[in-house]
Amino acid sequence: MMLMKRRDFLKVGAAAGAMASIYGCAGGGKASGHVVVVGGGYGGATVAKYLRMWSEGGVQVTLIERNPTFISCPISNLVIGGTKTMEDITISYDGLKSKWGVRVVQDDVVAVDAAKKTISLKAGGAMSYDRLVLSPGVDFMFDQIPGLNNADAQSKILHAWKAGAQTVALRKQLESMKDGGTYAIAIPKAPYRCPPGPYERACLVANYFKQSKPKSKVVILDANEDVMSKKGLFTKAWTDLYKGMIEYRNNSEVKDVEVGTNTAVLEFDKFKADVLNVIPPHRAGDIAAKSGIKLINNRWVDINWLSMESTSTPGIHVLGDAVFPAPTMPKSGHMANQHGKLAAAAILNQLAGLEPNPEPVVMNTCYSFVDAKNVIHVSSVHQYDAATKTVQPVKGAGGVSAARNELEGKVAMGWAKNIWADMLT
Amino acid sequence: MKPFAPIAALCLLAFASASQAADPNLGRNLAATCANCHGTNGNALKGSGMDALAGMEKAKILQKLADYKSGDKPASIMHQISKGYTEAQLDLIAGYFAAQK
Repeated sequence: MMLMKRRDFLKVGAAAGAMASIYGCAGGGKASGHVVVVGGGYGGATVAKYLRMWSEGGVQVTLIERNPTFISCPISNLVIGGTKTMEDITISYDGLKSKWGVRVVQDDVVAVDAAKKTISLKAGGAMSYDRLVLSPGVDFMFDQIPGLNNADAQSKILHAWKAGAQTVALRKQLESMKDGGTYAIAIPKAPYRCPPGPYERACLVANYFKQSKPKSKVVILDANEDVMSKKGLFTKAWTDLYKGMIEYRNNSEVKDVEVGTNTAVLEFDKFKADVLNVIPPHRAGDIAAKSGIKLINNRWVDINWLSMESTSTPGIHVLGDAVFPAPTMPKSGHMANQHGKLAAAAILNQLAGLEPNPEPVVMNTCYSFVDAKNVIHVSSVHQYDAATKTVQPVKGAGGVSAARNELEGKVAMGWAKNIWADMLT
Repeated sequence: MKPFAPIAALCLLAFASASQAADPNLGRNLAATCANCHGTNGNALKGSGMDALAGMEKAKILQKLADYKSGDKPASIMHQISKGYTEAQLDLIAGYFAAQK
């Protein structure tokens, strides 16, 4: 479906509002108004497109994103492993603008005034909204790793857990490393973004070493008690494909780093690497805390699962990795896209004076590469449960691959192309 | 106010039933959960290897889903995902995709 012209949403909105007040009900009212979306990742881009598509242009949407283009975190481990390029994971926002009539503004939101329903932009000026969607992803808690709590250290010991400049920089560090060196990846305690991602990265770096630097090693320093996702499939890949190359250490939380020597400081031990890749613990993107909405554990946003709306602040919806997850729900791009659709449907109902859909469903699919071609997946379906007021995983549904296979390697790239199109074009 | 009375009554009726009845866009919303892989409104990208469900006959979609659920049709992932939806939800999803172009 193509939006051939923009409607005069103000006029339509005013008329619908007048009708609603005369008749005292808005059952047949059409959604109208202005929705501001902060963050153009998997959640934000999806909600922006679906609001425009489902309202047939009746709702005005402004998307504020600090980066000039979308760069995908999923598939970025293949860039680090050297089998894909940045170009393969970079997509323009032009489709959202030209095809869907989303106003895309490249800027940063520095403040939210929930009472006045306005946001302030870094470049100056403010913008008013009828409903606000925050899809800010995560920010890192560098203060938990004191030696990493400055810009110089962060330019040397990389996370590469947001795709972009750090993805390229980590690839360069690996290319510069001598054969016989050690790459160490440190995983924070759950919950963190993309549960299987660090183990996939370990595989793909080992795959690169196997071909180009066969005397080198990969060490996984996991703050958790055990492999957090697809355990049997990952450990089998480590044994079958990378015997003697990948070492897994559980209960190995990085408490600090010594930048000059690329050393990770653990509770009772130190570990020196040639390339040290530390993923710090994270929390909801900073704008969530700045906007004053309720956080759980001072980290994740507490939301109502019928609308993705903040439990403390009506009118502000939050998507993706920033939310306090429902039981067994992963922080993934696929899930953020699902949040975007749940929120779009709820917002359109609310703007038309209706209640949100009382029985939402979201689902997750996640593919991980264990080498350049072989892939393993995990899937789940989550249905709203009125008794617990959250979405619960459906028992007996979902699961993992029977074994790693090349067919799913092709399916994974098909997934990427379709989800990128579902968000952006 | 008299002319509006029947309308007000209708509104009350609509509200009363809305509190129990499903969302009028339930089929659309459920089908959107499939779009990540099968494309927006079932229009999967050509050459992506995913089934394009837009415009596929409803009975055919339901048969495929039933076969995935029972295990009659081998799958890499759909046997796991199809089990997460009720029969009524799958019926709505199939109906929505069948009506798309």
